[in-house]
Amino acid sequence: MEIKKLTKVNLIFGYTDVDYFKVLEDVIKKDPNSIINEIIDSGLKGRGGAGFPTGLKWKFAKEQVSDKKYVVCNADEGEPGTFKDREIIEKVPEKILVGMAICAYCIGADEGYIYLRGEYEYLAPQFEKKIEEFVNKLKTINFNFKITLYIGCGAYVCGEETALFESIEGRRGEARNKPPFPTVAGLFNKPTVINNVETFVYTTMICKLGVNEFKKYGTQDSRGSKVFSVSGDTLKPGIYELELGMKVKDFVEEFGDGDTKAVQIGGASGICIPRKDFDNVIIGFEGVPTGGSIMLFNSKRSMFNVLHNFLEFFCEESCGQCTPCRVGYQQLLKGIEAVKKGEKPASYLNELKKLALTMKIASKCGLGQSAANPFLSIVDNFIEEFIY
Amino acid sequence: MNNLNITQIIEKVTTKYGKERKALIPVLHAIVKEKRYLNDEDIIEVAKYFNLSSAEVYGVASFYSFLDLEPRGKYVIRVCKTISCKLNDSDNIIKAIKNFLNIELGQTTNDGLFTLLTTNCLGWCHKGPAMLINENVYTELTPNKAIEILKEYINKK
Repeated sequence: MEIKKLTKVNLIFGYTDVDYFKVLEDVIKKDPNSIINEIIDSGLKGRGGAGFPTGLKWKFAKEQVSDKKYVVCNADEGEPGTFKDREIIEKVPEKILVGMAICAYCIGADEGYIYLRGEYEYLAPQFEKKIEEFVNKLKTINFNFKITLYIGCGAYVCGEETALFESIEGRRGEARNKPPFPTVAGLFNKPTVINNVETFVYTTMICKLGVNEFKKYGTQDSRGSKVFSVSGDTLKPGIYELELGMKVKDFVEEFGDGDTKAVQIGGASGICIPRKDFDNVIIGFEGVPTGGSIMLFNSKRSMFNVLHNFLEFFCEESCGQCTPCRVGYQQLLKGIEAVKKGEKPASYLNELKKLALTMKIASKCGLGQSAANPFLSIVDNFIEEFIY
Repeated sequence: MNNLNITQIIEKVTTKYGKERKALIPVLHAIVKEKRYLNDEDIIEVAKYFNLSSAEVYGVASFYSFLDLEPRGKYVIRVCKTISCKLNDSDNIIKAIKNFLNIELGQTTNDGLFTLLTTNCLGWCHKGPAMLINENVYTELTPNKAIEILKEYINKK
């Protein structure tokens, strides 16, 4: 398997002296299909966590015949341990807007929304000003594309794309059944492309620098680079853009405090990698994919407490719509507490693992389907911290 | 602090977001920002405007953690309790604020100035512990720093 060394990259926050509006003007001289093919060829996959190929998403939306289409930017960055979108919005907002406009041109949309989480409302005044300037500039080149900044009200589940649509439409943020997928029936039931903040910036950079420059980075399955949010027991907490396809071991060598016993990749809904596996696991779509959250834990930390915190989080953030998720998380939480106190035997953990796997199959959206990721990887690898 | 009435708020928000249902959450959010919570009368008035049942509007409001349905203080403190902040001792921040304001989690001070709540990840994991006071964020807190910040709000009053 192709493995990359830890390499810092500067596509997202770099190239700041470029006129990105000019990039847009040049791009829209091309045929939409050729732009879409370039994005497909780049191998770019969604940077929000799920990793769907971006170019294909655009292609599917373009193929739909509809009087109205939408481009939505998912800025509902709520995964614990993730904070890179906030910084992207603060530092390079124009790159996001250009990416949205390129997408609108490709699929034939004239309206866009940016769904910004309520916790980031302090970013709104500045961002809204940028959006207004940008949209006005679009008018001067007869590019008809309106962008509305929409502010969330504190609900993690709204990061799920269909829950996000429900929220913009003025409803409870409850995920929809899929199919139909957003590219067929998304916002207001119209064909919609919804991408993460970072994904739109990469599309801008691919258009600016060319496909080959982007493909220089990463591996066959994980093309390009990615912005990581690093927190926990590290001497260098912060935001780093790194080439995809490195080993967890290399990551820990760079960011660990010398005593790292576990790395949680992908936030609360992600997977916990114990020290013994650092050398075997790759950060990327061929190994452990991530929306960018990486939290390090050293040997002073209780992994029981970590999992307990994650489960409390999910109990609160479950939308309550489907039973596996609503009841499942509460039972997992109660269950590990009971085992810890000795009210239930150690074998009860096996029942809980079965429950987590059932939630993975039976839950309606990613929030419930993710249960097994942290639960199994933490319980299996740190069982001694759950039972005495 | 009730400067704008509900009709004025609805008018202001719908000018920006349109008069259709997609303006519902922005309207509710704007009311909460103005009055710090939504009471039954507000919900009924909003429901009438959008031609929805009040139960429907209540259902939407109760879904979102920032759309408070009970009276809150002028300044709502939300301390992050998610893992990275927790590793940086957010519990100590909560304890210090509780002691300083002499309230428990979920309570409002007698003078109506502060409400203390916890919240999930604020997206400042590399600079925890973090908290919001209304829309403003404060990071890299220590118990002393948190109390100094509260004192500034007290002096503002």
